[in-house]
Amino acid sequence: MSIIDQIIAGDVRATARLLRDIDDQVPSIYPLLKELYPHTGKAYVIGLTGSPGVGKSTLVDQLATRFRQEGLTVGILAVDPTSPFSGGAILGDRIRMQRHFLDPGVFIRSLATRGHFGGLTRSTNDMINVMDAMGKDIILVETVGVGQDEVEVANSAHTTLLVTIPGMGDEVQAIKAGIMEIGSIFVVNKADREGSRKTVRELRNLIELGLRRKEDTTWEPLIVQTEALKGVGIEDLYQAIMKHRAYLFDNENGQLDSILMKRARSQLIEILRDEALKAILGRMEAQGMSLEDLSRRIRNKESDPYTIVHEVLERELK
Amino acid sequence: MSEERKLRILIAKPGLDGHDRGARVIARAFRDAGFEVVYTGCHQTPEQIVHTALQEDVDIIGLSILSGAHTYSFPRVMELLKENKAEDITVIGGGIFPLEDIPKLKAVGIKEIFEPGAKLEEIINWVRTSVKPRQALQA
Repeated sequence: MSIIDQIIAGDVRATARLLRDIDDQVPSIYPLLKELYPHTGKAYVIGLTGSPGVGKSTLVDQLATRFRQEGLTVGILAVDPTSPFSGGAILGDRIRMQRHFLDPGVFIRSLATRGHFGGLTRSTNDMINVMDAMGKDIILVETVGVGQDEVEVANSAHTTLLVTIPGMGDEVQAIKAGIMEIGSIFVVNKADREGSRKTVRELRNLIELGLRRKEDTTWEPLIVQTEALKGVGIEDLYQAIMKHRAYLFDNENGQLDSILMKRARSQLIEILRDEALKAILGRMEAQGMSLEDLSRRIRNKESDPYTIVHEVLERELK
Repeated sequence: MSEERKLRILIAKPGLDGHDRGARVIARAFRDAGFEVVYTGCHQTPEQIVHTALQEDVDIIGLSILSGAHTYSFPRVMELLKENKAEDITVIGGGIFPLEDIPKLKAVGIKEIFEPGAKLEEIINWVRTSVKPRQALQA
């Protein structure tokens, strides 16, 4: 049986190995990804984003349980940060998901942000495709919750959950500053804490303000309060996700098409940027131009980064 | 250009003891050595450990145990790896073991046992020299 057949049949080992190769950006992934691509497009992708410590892993665990009750299979991609000092990482999101370890209907993969050329967005999108091709019905993507990359990942999901907790005044400020637009559903987790209702109220105000500026005003983001650890509010959250899904699949509004187009476009740009960079760097290296030397010239003020880049591009793109 | 392949390690605590200080210290040391460490917390069954190792495609499993249940859980992990055709994953152990048990554990395929007093650098060096990240898939 070929690797492709094994993955499509849902084989854990083969899938895990391809995911590892995607993470490491080895060139042999491309023929495999090409072959798998026609088998993608069936999974429903849910992104969870929000600051560290708001309870994303626990929510993922609860949602996985809820989807399993419907008989749906679940893939989970959980991202944790890479240490900028050593390049290593501790991937601990699984601690909150222990009860799914033996369930063959749940596939969990932890990944580190790494900060590589391809960017997290790209490898995460590739991994979503692989989990989709292996037949997972629902794919939950849990981001680190800081930085633009993660927001982009969440943005390519069908439904994006923006998770916050009460009492983080600054949190609402941060939301205000731009990621407000991406949330299909806002989750106020740890809702037993003081200030939960206030947070909901503030979110509602921000949503209303945001709606006036948004192009798509047909979906009013929902707000759900949860206590993920105790399972409180999970049913409400599940229903909210289903409501958003029904909205997307309502043919009248064209939202599904718009989300799929957005994802296709962002994947295209990611890969193009990545491959172009790799190709150019490869050719520069072959010509004996090292990044080190060029950086040295800039650092010594013998040239500037703008001139160098334009010189390189003129030569390479002719 | 492909990146340098990173070593992926699962640090797992089989059995009932809840003392994971050692596991956390070693997880951190491995992170600082540049490895990617999957940490799953306490009270793991051998089945859970092996499932995790397969899903996460790790090169090495580090089992931390203080309870004395290693005579069951270590061989069981090896057995399950074999059943899943994953004997290529290196397994090492850390914790407290009666000296006479160590040869028995090595006999079932545990590559190395680190006892209290083992230096972190010693463990990291052992991993660096003994375990290489696995090869990429070939289409």
